[in-house]
Amino acid sequence: MEILLQQILNGLVQGSVYALVALGYTMVYGILGLINFAHGEVLMVGAMVALSVMLKLIAAGLAAPLVLLFGLLVAILVCMALGYSIERVAYRPLRNAPRLAPLITAIGISIVLQNLAMIFWGREYRAFPALLPNGTHTLGGAVINDTQLIIIFVSLLVMAGLLLLVHRTRLGRAMRAVAENPAAAQLMGVDTNRVISVTFMLGSALAAVAGLMVSANYGIVHYYMGFILGLKAFTAAVLGGIGNLRGAMLGGVLLGLIESLGAGYIGGLTGGFLGSNYQDVFAFFVLIAVLVLRPSGLLGERVAERA
Amino acid sequence: MSPKRSALTLALLLTATLAACGKSAAPTGTAATGELLVKIGSVAPLTGPQAHLGKDNENGARLAIEDANAKSISIAGQKVHFELVSEDDQADPKTATIVAQKLMDDKVNGVIGHLNSGTSIPASRIYHDLGIPQISPSATAIAYTAQNFNTAFRVMANDGQQGKALGDFAASNLSAKKIAVIDDRTAYGQGLADEFIKAAKAGGATIVAQEYTSDKAVDFTAVLTSIKGKQPDLVFFGGMDPQGVPLVKQLKALGLNAKFMMGDGGFTPKLIELAGAAAEGVYASLPGVPLAQAPAGKDFTQRYEARFKQPIQQYAPYCYDAVNVMIAAMQRADSADPAKYLPELAKTNHDGVTAKIAFDAKGDLTGGAVTLYQVQQGKWQPVLTMGGAAK
Repeated sequence: MEILLQQILNGLVQGSVYALVALGYTMVYGILGLINFAHGEVLMVGAMVALSVMLKLIAAGLAAPLVLLFGLLVAILVCMALGYSIERVAYRPLRNAPRLAPLITAIGISIVLQNLAMIFWGREYRAFPALLPNGTHTLGGAVINDTQLIIIFVSLLVMAGLLLLVHRTRLGRAMRAVAENPAAAQLMGVDTNRVISVTFMLGSALAAVAGLMVSANYGIVHYYMGFILGLKAFTAAVLGGIGNLRGAMLGGVLLGLIESLGAGYIGGLTGGFLGSNYQDVFAFFVLIAVLVLRPSGLLGERVAERA
Repeated sequence: MSPKRSALTLALLLTATLAACGKSAAPTGTAATGELLVKIGSVAPLTGPQAHLGKDNENGARLAIEDANAKSISIAGQKVHFELVSEDDQADPKTATIVAQKLMDDKVNGVIGHLNSGTSIPASRIYHDLGIPQISPSATAIAYTAQNFNTAFRVMANDGQQGKALGDFAASNLSAKKIAVIDDRTAYGQGLADEFIKAAKAGGATIVAQEYTSDKAVDFTAVLTSIKGKQPDLVFFGGMDPQGVPLVKQLKALGLNAKFMMGDGGFTPKLIELAGAAAEGVYASLPGVPLAQAPAGKDFTQRYEARFKQPIQQYAPYCYDAVNVMIAAMQRADSADPAKYLPELAKTNHDGVTAKIAFDAKGDLTGGAVTLYQVQQGKWQPVLTMGGAAK
């Protein structure tokens, strides 16, 4: 029983990370119908920038909460600037090009960022300072620590904030209008370019937050860390229904749970025939099954199709 | 496109191009008149999760090449200029065959590499087909030399020797009764885990769980939780340090009270630096006797650190030895022609930094010793050296 509880907790933590990253994918897709494959790398840059800033501040003798706050702030700002530039350089010139073209530039940007980060921060794995509180709690035999609780809490908070933003503010209305029909939105006086830029900046800020959370949880950063995470989060976004904020959250948590329970029990259930090496197979099998039954993901697609 | 934007695009493109061809843009040492140019290829993952290990390999080979050039060696009456051709295989078997082909097109005289077993094995066929000698510094999978290619050598004990030492040590010296095994499904991790299991079982231990992961994973909580339910007293991981670090941290965080053990993939300063307190008590092995105890080891360590301004990660001394073994064979054969110096290479008897290097008929190291280390007070300390004359 405690093993099951522990597996569920593992899945929730992992899933919350996926969800946080998936939100970034889904926001951009919701507005532009574009899969921003560089999102994982923005996350990595966020983590790296936070690391550099934090190391400087720790050396200067600042208190831990302040170090964390400044690290996060600088990472968010840098990532926002990065997200803005990526959109300007790689996506905007291709706004009216065939859909494949921005997909290719996205992959290109992702490779460029990885290599720049490798040159800049080195190819070594680097330790991430453990500044988040790290006390452990025992819950019916299962263990969870403060960092993991913070991850779950932050991703819930971020999603709530995003939902409010999209549905309750002027900017949110503009975003929804651009998503529905960019040309019509522009005719109605919405500055579509600005809305798209803001969306990219928001998504990148989320990536910075996620980057910090992931690094704090695992305690290591590496220029390659965004790639696999981005891939998993993209899967989560598709599972939940890409373009849908609630879907990203649901898909992320679900993917985390499937992976964790799959890895934990698949061996026992099949009598050792399939081992934990099939955990990814299992996760993708669920994805395929969902897509066959509901092609637009669990919670359906974007509010409206592009005209 | 506005001029401003095109300038930015151009700048970005330039950066990308520079990043992509940084290494090939290095000046190629064209042999001056009368000099014989001998190219030695070095292949290791220079990007990706194992990039730090790959760079270490390249550095080790580079140091040997620089030494050889400083000694102004002559072959067949001609002064030789050695050149290192370094390639990146990304630890990916598919990429490995591509860069292997590239080295062949580049007409290298011999190859040092690859770092991983999973990449050395597919590449070895390409080298064998063209008769180019290959010495892997660190591929330990049995399958690498089991193909009976006369061109494939290695300067490190194989997984049969290493896995046996680890399994014996776990079952006898640590008297582990219930053992859980995880491997990363690479040729190396899987092979080492299999040999470990064989030896541990022979030593009277029971394997209570066998789990798997990949060489790119960072989250192992699910697998570890399932292992925790089986209450093992030792967890063995067949894999490299990028996975070993989060694995041991998560193992401790989950409150799993078991000893943790890895093969040579875990024996790095990085493991201690990154895992911090969690690394305390971890066991790992490395073929050969401890570098600090070998006569030439200390000197090598100092020169490496002075040249590259960083500590040795892992296999640099093996790469250094591999290059020297190759160059020595060329000198004995008085030829850099692969067909001519290959027979000499097989007859190697070389006092290296890591070990006394001699090959058996398969190209394996004869009498490979394996040393077990443990992290004690934040440092790798040798615990026991096993074998040496065996096999």
